[in-house]
Amino acid sequence: MKTITGYLKPYTGRMILGFIVKVLGTFMDLGLPWVLAYIIDEVIPQNSYRLIALWGVVMLLLAVGARVFNVKANQMASKVGRDAIVTIRHDLFVRIQNLSGRQLDYFGIPSLISRMSTDTYNIHSTIGRLQRLGVRAPIILIGGIIITFTMEPVLTLILLACLPIIGCGIWLISRKGLPMYQALQKKIDAMVRVVRENITGVRVIKALSKNDYERRRFQTVNQEVCGQEFRAGRTMGAMNPMMNMVLNGALTVMIVIGAYRVNAGHTEVGTIMAFLSYFTMILNAVMSINRIFIDLSKSTASASRIREVLNTPFDQPVREIPREDSPYHIEFRDVSFSYNPHDEAEEVPDCLSHISFALKKGESLGIIGSTGCGKTTLINLLMRFYDVDQGDVLIEGRNVQNFQMADLRKRFGVVFQNDVLFADTIFENINFGRGLNREEVRAAAEYAQALPFIEKLSSGFDSEVAAMGTNFSGGQKQRMLISRALAAHPEILILDDSSSALDYKTDASLRKALREHFASTTSIIVAQRISSIYQCDHVMVLENGQCVGYGTHEELMRDCEIYREIHESQMRAEA
Amino acid sequence: MPPRAGGPKTFGAGGGKPKDAKYTLLRLGRYLLDYKWLLIAAILISMTSNVLALIGPMLSGYAIDVIEKGGVGSVDFPSVFFYAGWMILSYIGSALLSYGLSVLMMYTTQKIVGRMRKDVFEKLMKLPVGYYDRHLTGDILSRISYDIDTVNVSLSTDLVQIFSSVITVVGSFVMMVVISPYLVIVMLITIPLSILYTKHNARKLRPLYVTRSEKLGAMNSYVEEMITGQKTIRAYAQEKVISDKFDTINLAGADAYFTAEYNAAYMGPTVNFINNLSLALVTVFGAVFYLLNMLSLGNIASFVQYSRKFSGPINEAANIIGELQSACAAAERVFRLLDEEEEPGDVQNAIEPHDVQGDVVLDKVAFGYLPDVQIIHSFSMHAHPGSIIAIVGPTGAGKTTIINLLMRFYDIDGGSIRLDGDEISLLTRSGLRKSFAMVLQDTWLFDGTIYDNIAYGREGATREEVIAAAKAARIHSFIQRLPNGYDTMINGDGVNISKGQKQLLTIARAFLLDAKILILDEATSNVDTRTEIQIQSAMQRLMKGKTCFVIAHRLSTVRNADLILVMRDGNVVEQGTHNELIKQKGFYYQLYNSQFE
Repeated sequence: MKTITGYLKPYTGRMILGFIVKVLGTFMDLGLPWVLAYIIDEVIPQNSYRLIALWGVVMLLLAVGARVFNVKANQMASKVGRDAIVTIRHDLFVRIQNLSGRQLDYFGIPSLISRMSTDTYNIHSTIGRLQRLGVRAPIILIGGIIITFTMEPVLTLILLACLPIIGCGIWLISRKGLPMYQALQKKIDAMVRVVRENITGVRVIKALSKNDYERRRFQTVNQEVCGQEFRAGRTMGAMNPMMNMVLNGALTVMIVIGAYRVNAGHTEVGTIMAFLSYFTMILNAVMSINRIFIDLSKSTASASRIREVLNTPFDQPVREIPREDSPYHIEFRDVSFSYNPHDEAEEVPDCLSHISFALKKGESLGIIGSTGCGKTTLINLLMRFYDVDQGDVLIEGRNVQNFQMADLRKRFGVVFQNDVLFADTIFENINFGRGLNREEVRAAAEYAQALPFIEKLSSGFDSEVAAMGTNFSGGQKQRMLISRALAAHPEILILDDSSSALDYKTDASLRKALREHFASTTSIIVAQRISSIYQCDHVMVLENGQCVGYGTHEELMRDCEIYREIHESQMRAEA
Repeated sequence: MPPRAGGPKTFGAGGGKPKDAKYTLLRLGRYLLDYKWLLIAAILISMTSNVLALIGPMLSGYAIDVIEKGGVGSVDFPSVFFYAGWMILSYIGSALLSYGLSVLMMYTTQKIVGRMRKDVFEKLMKLPVGYYDRHLTGDILSRISYDIDTVNVSLSTDLVQIFSSVITVVGSFVMMVVISPYLVIVMLITIPLSILYTKHNARKLRPLYVTRSEKLGAMNSYVEEMITGQKTIRAYAQEKVISDKFDTINLAGADAYFTAEYNAAYMGPTVNFINNLSLALVTVFGAVFYLLNMLSLGNIASFVQYSRKFSGPINEAANIIGELQSACAAAERVFRLLDEEEEPGDVQNAIEPHDVQGDVVLDKVAFGYLPDVQIIHSFSMHAHPGSIIAIVGPTGAGKTTIINLLMRFYDIDGGSIRLDGDEISLLTRSGLRKSFAMVLQDTWLFDGTIYDNIAYGREGATREEVIAAAKAARIHSFIQRLPNGYDTMINGDGVNISKGQKQLLTIARAFLLDAKILILDEATSNVDTRTEIQIQSAMQRLMKGKTCFVIAHRLSTVRNADLILVMRDGNVVEQGTHNELIKQKGFYYQLYNSQFE
C-alpha cells in the first residue's frame, strides 16, 4: 500500500495526535475492570460505603473520559480520511484523463471506472476504519495483556497460550475457505453469463421456443452456485464457534488455575472476576483484528489497482523535432502502426502499414473501407491518441509529436464513431466548455442540420440531454455531435462514421452546408457509404490497413477494383 | 423501438427502503414456509445453543463463590472441578450446536435462494419481449445476482442473529433477575438509555446516510460518464474544465461521507459508555449489596457477564435492522419482477400450424408500444407465398415493428394478422414462431460449441443435417479449418471468430430451421467487403422459395421486392413496388433520390 501511505504522509501529525487520543481513550476502557477488581479485593474488606462510592465515581469518570476521547479520535480519523481521499481521487481522475491510447486499451474503460468508484470507496472506508478499530483492537489486546500481566502473570499466560491456537484456527479455516469463495465467484460469473445471454437473445430464444432448453441450462449453473456457496459457507462458518470455544475454554481453565492460585494465596477472587471481563474484551479485539485483516486484504487489492494507474508513466512526451517548410496542411509519410507492437512471437499484421498522403488547406479526404480496416486508427494517429511505430505525421510541416497536446488538439473539430453526449443542456454539449456564444452555437446547429429538431423542443437549446444522450434518437445525437465539431470553426474537421444514422437527404444537406461554410477547413470524413464521401477532393480506400486506392471518385472507379466492388454492392441497381 | 425506462446507474452504499415491507415479508415468509421443518429445527438448535452459552457465566459465578468461601489453603477443589467441568461441556456443546446451526441455515438458505433464482429465471422466460425492450440488461441482471444475494446474506446470517439475540436478551434478563432482582434495577437505568440513544442516533443519521449515497452516486455517475467520454474530452482539450468540475463533485461526495461519519463517531463510544456505566453501577451497588450480605461475589461476577451479554444484541439491533431493511428492499425488487405481467398463454384449443405455406395478411392493423400512443393506424398488406417484402426507412423509423407484430413479440391493438388464413392469435405461439427463420443484425450466439449453436434451432438434427446447413451457408470449410472443427467452443463474446463468420453461423442456423417465412436484416456493418459479399450470396440462397421480410439496406433488394413498406416515425407511410413508389413522388422518392444528389 505504498502510494496510499504516501497520500497519508501530510497528515502524519494529525494522525499521531489522533493515535494518542485514541490510546488514552482505550486505556480508560481498560481501566474499568481493574477498578472492579480493586473494589472487590481491597475496598470491600474495608467495609466503607464512602470508599465504594468514591471508587464508583472513579469508574464513572473513566467511562466518561473513554467516551470523550474515543469520539474525538474517531472524528479526527474521519477528517484525515476525507482529506486524503479527495486528493487521491483528484490525482487518479487527472491521471486517467491523461492516459495515452495504448494505456487506456491496457486498462479498459470499465476497469478504470470501477477503480475510480469502488476502489477509492474501499480505500476511504479502510482509512477511516484502520484509524478507529485498527488502533483500538491492538491496544486492547496489548494493553489488556499488560494490565492483566501486572495483576496476575500466571493467569495471563493462559490467555497468551490461547492466542496462537486461535491464530492457527483462523489460518487453517481461511486457507481452506478463501479459495472456495474464489471458485464461487467464478460460478456466479458463469450463471450471470447464462442470464445475460438469455436477455440479449430473447427474440431468438422465443422464436425457436427454446425455453425448456434454457431452463435446464440455467438450472445446472444455479445448482452449482448453490452447492459451492454451501460448501464455502460451511467452511467459513466454523470460524466464530471455533474462536468462542477456545476463549471460553481458556476462561474455564483460568478459573481452575485461579482456584489453585487463590488456594496458595497468590491471588484474590476479585482478580479472577476482572479477568472474566478482560477475556471478553480481548476476545472481541481478536475478532475485530480478524475482520480488519479481511478488510485490509480487500483494500490492498484496491490500493494496488489504484497505484497501478497512478504509477503509469507518461509515454507521450513532447519531442524536439525541427519544423520544415511544407505546402501541405496535413501530411502522413509512410506511417505504420500496430496496437500491440511487442508481440513478436505472433505474426500480427500492422493496423496501418505504409500510409502516405498529403492534404492542402481546405481540401477534403474521404476514407472508405470496412470496419477494422484502420480508418479510425488513422484518426487516432493524426490526433496523437497513439504514437506511430514508423513514419511521420505532420501538421503544417510540424510533427504532431512536437506540439503541446492541448495546442495540437485545439485545431480539431471531431466526431468519433459512437461519440458521446454528456448529461447537460444541448447548448453546453455543443459549446463544450469553450465559451462560445449563443449565435455561434446556433449557427453550428444550423450547419449540422440539427436546428429544426432542437427548435421543436419546448426548451430549445436549454433542453437537457441525458447521459450518453439516451433521450435522443441516433440521428439527432449525430447532428448534435456534428454541431459540436463545427461550432468553433476548426482548422481541421474530422467526421468518423458520424453520419451513418442520418437519412440520405439530411446527409446531403449537411455535405452542402460544409462545402459552403467551411471552405477553408481541411476535412477528413470516414464512412462506409460511398455516397457520403464520393465528392471529396481525395478518396482513400483502406483494406486491412493497406491503402489499396487513392484518388478522386472517378479515378478510383476506373482503377480500383475494391472500390468498384463496394460501389456495386451499395448501388447495384445502377449497374 | 419503444422508449426505455430506467434512470442512470447509481452505485454506492445503501440499498434503499422497501415500500411495502409487510407484503414483502409475507411473501418472503412463503418461501420460508416450504422449509418450515428445517427452520423449526434451526430454532430449536439455536435455543439450545444459546441457553448452553448462558449457563457458563452462572457456573463461573458458582465456582468463584466456592473459591472465595474456601480462601487461602482450603479451596474446595472437587466443587471447582465440578463446575468447571460443566462449564467446559456447556461451552463445547454450545459451540458445536452453533456450528451445526450455521451449516443448517446455510443449507436451508441455499435451497430457498436456489428456488428464488429459479423462479426469477422461469419468469424471465415467460416475460414478453417488450419487457426486455423497456429494461436495461444490467438492471435485470442485478435482480438475479445482486438482489437475491442480499436476501441470501440476510437469511443466512441475520435470521440466526435475531433468534439468538432474542434468546440471549431474554435469557440474560431472567438470569439477572434470578441472581438479584435489586441489582436489575440498575439495568433499568441503562437499558432505556441505550434504547433511547440508539433510536435518537438512527433518526439523526438516516438523512445523513441518504445524502451520502446520493452524493457518492452522483460522483460515480459523473466519473462513469467522463471516463467513457475521455477521448472526446481530450480531443477538445477540455481536461481542465472537466477535472475542475470533478473536484467540486468529489469534495461534495467526500464531505457528505465525512459528515455522516463524523456524527456516527459518537455511536460506538457512547454505546461503550453505557456498557461501562452499567459495569460501574453494578460494581458499586454489587459491592454495597455484598456488604449487606444480599449477594455473593460469584453473583456479582455472573451478573457482570450477563449484563455484557444483555447489552450486546441491543447495540447490534440498529445494524441488523438496517441490513434487514436493505434485504427487504432487495426482495421487493425481486418480487416486483416476479409480478410483471407475463406473455399471455395460448388461447384454448390453439391451432398448431403445420405445412405452412407462408401466406401472410395484415388487415387494418393498429398498434402502439405505449397504450395511448398509436403509431400504426389501420395498416393492411398481403404477402403471397415466396414473395419478398422490403422494409425501408431512415434509422429509428421503427422497421422492426412489423417483425415484432408478425412473430407476436407484441400483440396488435386492432385489426388482424393472418397466416395461411388463420388468425395468428389463435395459433400456438411456439408453432407460429417456428414458422419463421430469423437472421438479425445482432448475431446471437451462446457459450457453446459451433455445432450446438447451429443445431440450436432444431432439436434432434443429425450431424449430416448440421453440416449440410453449414455448407449451404458457405461456412463449412472455415469451420473445418478450426482446431476442433465443429466442436470448437465459442467463448463469451465470440472473440475467436469474426463478426462476419458469426453472421454466417446464424445463416446456417436458419438454413437448418428450414421455415417457410424468413426475416432478414440486411445490415452487415463491421464486416469486410469480401465477407459481406459472401454473406449476401448466402442470404440470397436462403431466401429462395420463402416469404421474406427484409429490412433492406441494398437498392437491389428494394428494386426486386414484390412490395416495399416505407416506414417513417413508426408508421408505414407508403407501400407499393419500386416503380409505383417512384411515381408517387412521396417520401420514398425523396429517400431514393437524396442518395444520388
